[in-house]
Amino acid sequence: MALQALKTGMVQVTCKINGKEYTGMAEPRTLLVHFLRDDLNLTGTHIGCDTGHCGACTIMFNGKALKSCMLLAVQAQGAEILTVEGLAQGDKLHPIQEAFWENHGLQCGYCTPGMLIAGLFLLQRNPDPTEEEIRRGIEGNLCRCTGYVNIVKSIKAAAKKMQELKAQSSQATPTPKSQ
Amino acid sequence: MKYSQGIFSDSYKLTPKKFDYYAATSLDEALSLLQEKEDAKILAGGQSLLALMKLRLAAPQALIDISKIEDLSYVREERGYLAIGALTIHDLIEHNETIRKRFTLLADAASKIGDQQIRNRGTIGGSACHADPAADLPTALLAANAQFVIRGHSGQRVVPAEEFFVDTFTTAVQPNEVLTEIRIPEFPPKTGSGYIKHSRREGDFAIVGVGAVVTLADGNICKDVRIGLGSVAATPIRAKAAEDYLRGKPLDDKTIIEAAERGPQGADPPSDMHGSREYRLEMIKVFIKRTVKLALTRV
Ligand SMILES: Cc1cc2nc3c(=O)[nH]c(=O)nc-3n(C[C@H](O)[C@H](O)[C@H](O)COP(=O)(O)OP(=O)(O)OC[C@H]3O[C@@H](n4cnc5c(N)ncnc54)[C@H](O)[C@@H]3O)c2cc1C
Ligand code: FES
Ligand code: FES
Repeated sequence: MALQALKTGMVQVTCKINGKEYTGMAEPRTLLVHFLRDDLNLTGTHIGCDTGHCGACTIMFNGKALKSCMLLAVQAQGAEILTVEGLAQGDKLHPIQEAFWENHGLQCGYCTPGMLIAGLFLLQRNPDPTEEEIRRGIEGNLCRCTGYVNIVKSIKAAAKKMQELKAQSSQATPTPKSQ
Repeated sequence: MKYSQGIFSDSYKLTPKKFDYYAATSLDEALSLLQEKEDAKILAGGQSLLALMKLRLAAPQALIDISKIEDLSYVREERGYLAIGALTIHDLIEHNETIRKRFTLLADAASKIGDQQIRNRGTIGGSACHADPAADLPTALLAANAQFVIRGHSGQRVVPAEEFFVDTFTTAVQPNEVLTEIRIPEFPPKTGSGYIKHSRREGDFAIVGVGAVVTLADGNICKDVRIGLGSVAATPIRAKAAEDYLRGKPLDDKTIIEAAERGPQGADPPSDMHGSREYRLEMIKVFIKRTVKLALTRV
């Protein structure tokens, strides 16, 4: 990879978001969250604090849940990003979205995009977390409405759904047994 | 339609001052850039620096992003020490098996930093170079007797923890240098370690942080001990009077309490909204006691 040297002024940033390639213009000082929302019009990712505390801006960045207000847009050059808009497949909600819906895991919904991504990161590495592990997993995400109880419940339910789906899909395509 | 045109106009955004941005692809490139560019700063995880820049507490003219230099992230066992690359993220320190088993206080400290998203991006080198006296890893690194490998244009030097942390937000790393590696000398046999952070809420900075490394001689006798204190002075400091009291004595409750009473000697804690000076001085005692006991359970 060549040295990326960007002077102040507008520069081009290309990255893959929710499986699709996006190109936009940003100043080096533009925060990734502002780039996503204002330049790419991906307003599902929210801004609550701008200082790294609330987690509303959480996105999956090269497979890791990060706060997009704590990254520069130029750092996304070549990155693979997942935002809340990329969770559903067409009209079919992602199991974690279904779980939040069914368990009343949101009220105003402001924190929800960040909660979903933080929850997903947790479940990817720990498919069957305890309540304590869930609470620790969403430590960086503040919710002013729910009191967290139903969010924890939702992530627990999502874990179950995702494990069932995984079991189903491995049944559908059985691995050939060596005899 | 652009959403920036509505009430979310640019004046509502928290944005750093303008700067030039360079994404270095190698350490040498980063060092040359540091040499060439006026008022340049290294950007590692950005979880402290970008926060300062957004609040305009820092406004460097150039950022040299080293986060894409892959070979600066590693945990390796070398002869006599554990080598940790400067760009190793907190999350990796927390989960690394060798660190959990043998250098447990570092895993303890990393696991207490901020939250999952911060631990997914913030680096051990960044935490050390930022040198916030309330930070967790620096205190643990001082207790662990860490050595800091610093690269400049003309070569490399190794600085012990005692000389690395110079003042609040100030380390031995010069503006044209890069911290590349942190080395933890192998602990002797019969050693246990721990770090406990005292904060009001998970994710807050420490009101008091204590790291301890305890080595036993035969029986329950304390052969050696190092205790680091965070958030109680301009830099992390050693609780030397407490350490001196413990060496050579059997580590029973009475001795540990006596030692902890000596903990505040040399501390000069601030008073702020998280806790008064007096409160912190008391908490030093409480948490030295708990941390030494925790370390003992891991010998
Ligand atoms: C919401 C939030 C909560 C947090 N909570 C905690 C907490 O509880 N405990 C805690 O300890 N920390 C906490 N932090 C800080 C976090 O640990 C940071 O990751 C860390 O302080 C800095 O690491 P970084 O890699 O992000 O460094 P950066 O922000 O990129 O850099 C920090 C400073 O170090 C310099 N620097 C970085 N790497 C190098 C290098 N290799 N060589 C030379 N100079 C270098 C930079 O120029 C800059 O001056 C928190 C941060 C946030 C945003
Ligand atoms: S907007 Fe990023 S953490 Fe609050
Ligand atoms: S649902 Fe309103 S902030 Fe969480």
